[in-house]
Parts: sequence; C-alpha cells; structure tokens
Amino acid sequence: MAFKLTINGTDHEVDVEPETPLLWVLRDTVGLTGTKFGCGIAQCGACTVHLDGQPVRSCSTAAASAVGREITTIEGLSPDSSHPLQRAWVEHTVPQCGYCQSGQIMSAAALLSRNPNPSDSEIDAAMAGNLCRCGTYSRIRAAIHRAAEIAES
Amino acid sequence: MIDVNTKLTRRTLIRSMSAAGGMIIGFQVPGALAAVIAPKPWTTPTDGVEINAWLAIDADGTVTIRVPHTEQGQGGLTSVAMLIAEELDVPWDSIQTVFADMNRHVNYGEEYIVTTTHGSQLVRLQHPHLMQAGASARERLKEAAARAWGLDRAQITARQGVLSAGSRSAPYAEFAAQAGQITLAEEPAIKKNPDEWWLLGNSTPRIEVPLKVNGSAQYAIDTQVEGMVYAAVKSCPVPWGRLVSFDFDQVRDRPGVIAAVELEAVPGKTAFSDLQNGVAVVADTWYRAKTALDLMPIEWDFGSDAEVSSATQADTAHRLWEETGDVSNEVGGDTLGMIADSDRVITSEFHRPYETHARMEPINATVSITDERVDVWSPTQNQATPVMLVADQLGRDPRDVYVNTVFLGGAFGGNGGGNTAVTRQAAEIARQVGRPVKVIWSREEDITNDKQRPPVHTRLSAALGDNGLPNAFFSRAVWFTQNAAERIGPATADVAINTMPYQVPNRRHERHNVAAHIPTATHRGPGANQNGFIIEQFADELALAGDWDPLEWRIEMTKGLEPWQRVLLKLKEVAGFTTDLPRGQGMGVAVVEDHAAYCAACATVSVSRRGELRVEKVVLVHNSGYIVNPSGAIDQLEGSVCYELSHALYGGLNIQQGRVVNTNFDSYNLMRMPQAPEVEVHFALSQDGWWGGCGEPGGPPTPPAVANAIYFATGKRVRSTPIMRHDLSWS
Repeated sequence: MAFKLTINGTDHEVDVEPETPLLWVLRDTVGLTGTKFGCGIAQCGACTVHLDGQPVRSCSTAAASAVGREITTIEGLSPDSSHPLQRAWVEHTVPQCGYCQSGQIMSAAALLSRNPNPSDSEIDAAMAGNLCRCGTYSRIRAAIHRAAEIAES
Repeated sequence: MIDVNTKLTRRTLIRSMSAAGGMIIGFQVPGALAAVIAPKPWTTPTDGVEINAWLAIDADGTVTIRVPHTEQGQGGLTSVAMLIAEELDVPWDSIQTVFADMNRHVNYGEEYIVTTTHGSQLVRLQHPHLMQAGASARERLKEAAARAWGLDRAQITARQGVLSAGSRSAPYAEFAAQAGQITLAEEPAIKKNPDEWWLLGNSTPRIEVPLKVNGSAQYAIDTQVEGMVYAAVKSCPVPWGRLVSFDFDQVRDRPGVIAAVELEAVPGKTAFSDLQNGVAVVADTWYRAKTALDLMPIEWDFGSDAEVSSATQADTAHRLWEETGDVSNEVGGDTLGMIADSDRVITSEFHRPYETHARMEPINATVSITDERVDVWSPTQNQATPVMLVADQLGRDPRDVYVNTVFLGGAFGGNGGGNTAVTRQAAEIARQVGRPVKVIWSREEDITNDKQRPPVHTRLSAALGDNGLPNAFFSRAVWFTQNAAERIGPATADVAINTMPYQVPNRRHERHNVAAHIPTATHRGPGANQNGFIIEQFADELALAGDWDPLEWRIEMTKGLEPWQRVLLKLKEVAGFTTDLPRGQGMGVAVVEDHAAYCAACATVSVSRRGELRVEKVVLVHNSGYIVNPSGAIDQLEGSVCYELSHALYGGLNIQQGRVVNTNFDSYNLMRMPQAPEVEVHFALSQDGWWGGCGEPGGPPTPPAVANAIYFATGKRVRSTPIMRHDLSWS
C-alpha cells in the first residue's frame, strides 16, 4: 500500500504493508539509518523517534499510523548538530559505541521540550526506557543537565 | 622491537595506492563536525603521501593515520592517533584517522602487527609498534631535510609538524615524498619515560564522538549497497541441532520474498566462526524477510542436547565437586591434608550462570560479490579475520576480499572470533542469490545463538592458621564450555584464581572443564569476572573468620606485590571504607587483576528491610602501569561498572530444553539509568615498564565489592547471580 510520510519536514511516498514498523521504513525504505534497531519489542529505546514531538519506539509503531503526523528522527533534530543536547553530548563525550545514542538523544529531546530543567529523578524516569550497554548513564544524565543550561543561555 | 620501515619500498607505496579498499571516516579534530563518507565498495582513500603503512602526510600538512583496529567505543581511534602523534610530533589538530586496509594487511606482509580490538590489546600490546611508526617516520623526515639542506640529521629539529635547522624551516609535508624512500641504518628508539611525553597522558576527547550524536556514524547494520537484498536467519535454537525441513512454499508468495537458503554446519567443524544448521529467508526489505521467516514452518531435530538445562548443569557440577579435577596450580605441601586436619576450615560454594554479550547492535553482516572482488561489512573486533573467513567460505583468493571497517555497536569480546558466523552466512547467501546481501539477526536470534560467557560452579575451602590468616587454600571449579575448548577453557578458567595474589603458603586449584553444546566465547573480562566474584567474596569470608578487616586483610595478604599494594593503599586513602555502618547500609571492597591491570573497587549499598537493593556508589582505583588517554580510560572504567553489574544484579541466561529461554530485553534484563550508581575513578599507576589494559579491568572487582557490601548491610552472603533474585530482606 502506498502512503505519504512526513519525515524531518520532507514528504516521502512509501509503498509498504501498512503494519510495517516505522523503524524499517525509515531505515530500509527511506534510507535514514541514524535510527537504530535494537530489540524489536520496544524494550531498549534505540529506535526512538518523535511523532508530533512525542517520543515513540519506531520498532513497535506501524508506519501507517504516522500518516499525517510530523516524524522527526535524529537526522532532523538539528541541521548541523547544534541542538543543545548534541552539543552537550560532545562536551561530555557521552557516546562510547554510540549505537544507542540516537535513541537516547531523541528521548532526552522530548523530555527537555516538556520540562526544560529536569531533576535527576525526572531524567531517570524519562530515560529508563533507553538501554545503554556501554554504561554511559551518568554521562547522559550530566549532559542533559548541561543541555538544559545551554538552552537557557 | 619491530622494524616497520624495512617495508618502505616503492613497491609498497604503489601497492597501497592500487589495492586500497579501506574506508575513510574522515573528520578533523577538534573543531567542526566532519563529513562522513559512507562505506561503499570501491572507495579509494586519497590520503596523501605514504611515509609508512601507518601514516601519510598531505600537501596541506594533514596527517592521515591509518588505524588497523575498529572502534567499538573503547577509544581506539584516539589512542592509536595519540601514540603515533606523540613520536611523530605533529599538532593534534592536523590529524585525521582512517581505518587501515585489511586486504593489504592480510595479503601483503601483515604490516599492522595487531589488528584486533580484543583482550584490551590495543594500547597494551600495540603501543610500541605505534610509537615506533611515529618515531621512524619523524627520523626519515629529518633525514630527508638534512640531505636537502646539506646537513646532518642530528642538526635537524622536528617539532609540531615543522622541520628546522638554524634559520631554515619547512613543514613536514615538503619532505614527505623523499622521507618515504629513505632507509635508515638504525631505527630510532622510542620514548620510554612519561616525563618526555607532550601528548600522551593528557585527556583528549575521543575523536569520533561528534559522528555519534547525529546519526551519521556508520555501523555494519547501516550498510547500503546498490542492488542489496536482506536476509533474516534462524539457526537451530538448540545449538548444533539439525534442520529437518522447512516449507518455503508457504511464504514464497508473500510481498518482496525472493528465496530461502539452507545453511549447513560442516561436520567436525565447530569452531567459533562456522555455520550452524539453519535457514534464511531473503526479501527486498529485512522486515519482509523476517516476517516470512517467522511464518515459515520449520522442523528441527534438537538431538539429545535438548535435555540440557541450567538445572542439569548444576547437578553435573555438584557431582563433579566430589571428584578430583585437573590440577591447574599447586603451591606448597599437602593442601587437602592440611584442610582435612584443621579445625578452622571455611568452605563456600559459588555459581555464575551463562551471560550473553547483548551488544546493542544486533549481529549482522553484508557481503557483495563480483567477479573482481568481494566486499565485506562485518561487526568484527578483528578486521583482518573476515578476509580469510570469506575467502574460505567462497573459495576465493584472499587478495580479492576487502573488509570495509565500520563502527561497532558494542562488542565486549563477542565479536572477536566469536560472532563471525554471520559473516559466513552473508557470504553464502550472497553467493546463492547472486546479489549483495545484508543479514541481520533478530534480537532473539542474537541472544539464542550468541557465543555465551561460560558458567562456572566453584567450591572453595581454606584452613586458617593461628594468626587468623589462611595457611591452606583449595578450589575446585566446574566450567561448561563449547567442546571444552582450550581457548575458552583453561585460559578463562584460571584467570584471577590461579593467579590470585593472596600469598597462602599451601594452595591447590583444580578444575573440571566440561564440554557443553552451548557455544562459548570470550566476554569482557573473561574469567576474571566469574572468578573475581567468587574469590573476592571468599576472601571476605576468610578475613571475617580470622577477625580481620577485609581491606587490611587484602593489604596484608599482598605484601611485597607492588601493583596490588599500590591500588589497595590508594583505595584505603580515597574510599573511606568502613565496616562500621548501621544495618541496611554496607561498604564492600574487592581487587582483581585482569589483562595485566589491577583494579580495586569499593562499593556502597543500601538495602531496605524489605530487601530493596540500591548500589549507591562505586569507587575504582586502577593501575594499568601507564595511561595514554586519561579521560578515555575513565570512560571505560565507568562504563564497565554498569556493564558488569548488569550481569551480577539482573542477568543470567536461563537454559531450558537445551536452549536459551530469555532471549530479549524483557527477560534478559540489563541495568537501566535509574539503577546506575555514581562511579568515581582514581589512578594509581606503577609506571614501571609494563602496560595493562583499561577496557575490561573495571568490571571484575565491582560485583564482589557489591556482594561484600550487601553482606555488611544485611548479614546475607549472595553466592550466586543474579543478585536481584535473592531475598535480601533483613530485620
């Protein structure tokens, strides 16, 4: 079935089964590979993208359900890696292997957009769905605080 | 000392230009984010004039360092560049890194010596070669300038990319071409003393980090090749079971489905990288391939291994505890007799289950075959391995096989020898369907068919002398490893137990190495993790039985062993360890050697009356002899605390009916942000001529330090993992 998806402000005509997870449409059909496959069952958060600004696990979101909504992936978070979170991530050298970090940043971006100055426990609650096997959690927490500062200044 | 420059011939230079298949990940550091060049076949690096295999210098002064290791988050790109730049003496911001060409390495002289990123080898074993490459290039540049200027090399200074003598000066780039042709009578010595370093030892931001915040870092799973199709595979869930039949007709008409390919284990060939029996469905997208595979009827013959479970292995271990094993180390006199005769004997039994690597990037590989060449993208920790592997699978000349090095989404020992089976699958499927193929294992397939960390069941006994310290020490371990393989068996089994530092006058260590059908492989801190948990809790039991403070006991028992004393005394200074805390709170210590590094941990925990555990803080004191990039080392040590606590607190593979049952993150649990403790890292470096690793040693001492802390908080000793399965309530 052919339908139109709006991804990072650009319309894409895709022809896939409507139940195809958004993740695979982004990666295999549209070619945006910054969004990662981790578990396929919404348990690791590596595939997190925004639908109308809300974080969703794209591995468990039917592509057709995103029709008419604004899809934002890591590639569309900022044109030049200038989002406060991306700057803070570099400043704190957060990523190790880096594979989960697109999802981490997208979850954190959704958090900051609704809560510009979150506490540690608010960060923990918002980020608990994002696994990092390398164990960069304390850096992520620090970088989210730093991003909040950058955004304020 | 190696001589990297004997290979500096014109032939080498020409060959490197024509045979290059490496991929430029090109970026400038620090400063603006760099463009990413997507990994695709037939990309030829144009990276300036080659001085030696390791480096080339561009006309504009850019120094391209060819890194023969992958980057899995361990900071290898940065460390390699730092080690070369230290001796070459060039400004840090003039450097770019590219992944070295493994086709050239494998087929033309193995110039890069070590190509693995495994076993904490990169800095530990590769540093003299890297420093030599830099120093030898620097001296050739000086010699070239000396000849041009009619001077002796000793009159030339090479500093920060500039050659100078008196009033004359020129950038390195001006003499790069001539330098590449020079043979020196004697290679220069490399710096041995950290006092001479200008770059090493300074915290340097890891250079690939900017690529990992915007989705542009390329992992194997991101590979896109023109005409590529996708394969989902299912190998027998009971390893080495047989594929009886599959009914492709049931799914062949589904959208996008192209083919089914049977994969066959070769009898007698059960090594790391070989195929299991299984079947793949190929389609135009991975989701279509995976859906069809899930719907396709498959019949397996699991064989007798389907009777194996975690419980049957534990029964086997208990039986073997009563039988004499292979003696792996014996010191002093009749240890067993002394324990039998003593009236102060402590005995304890420990269990660690299988664990899985669960790197965030599921196992995958892409292979593209043409008449001229074969291209491979594989998340392997040894970039050289797929050259021979794919050549073997396809019956091709290794000179035709090119590895496109990409970032790894984690590895942790599982992608060394351990998970190249998928590369064989990709090669085989690509051959059979006649198109480039990307194979991706689902998470369930990844955990089911990973090469797991081997389980161990260990019983220990010790007899205490009059001073309360042990005078006889005995351990009998039962390990389950694939084919009882030597590589995974004794090498892993004996780490941190045979080599424990505690100077007990009479010791006997035995092991049973049981062949099991479940494939096993190295896993970050192999052996040291399992044995560290065991030996370091038993150490606390001995200390307390002998009325010793656990930290003072360790200091006493390692007297005269400099690297151990250094970390323990520093831990005493910085961690504030005490056994005098109210019920419900506890501190615990542990110290383990791993990959020639010594790491001591002090954990602070709180446990509610109802048994809710919180690991508050872990202090690490690390001694790897030297540190190249302190901030990078801290990254690794911090991360390894969470990594290893994941297994100790939450992990453990459940084996039922011969297969792994908990195959995704809803049932194989890992640490999440709310549970992550504060980690504080200190260095206590011997700087005494030996170099240890940094990527693994932070893990092993952490779980026993936590377990020892739990004992002080609750009075309960946790002798098996996952710890969260224990009732830690107290009253």
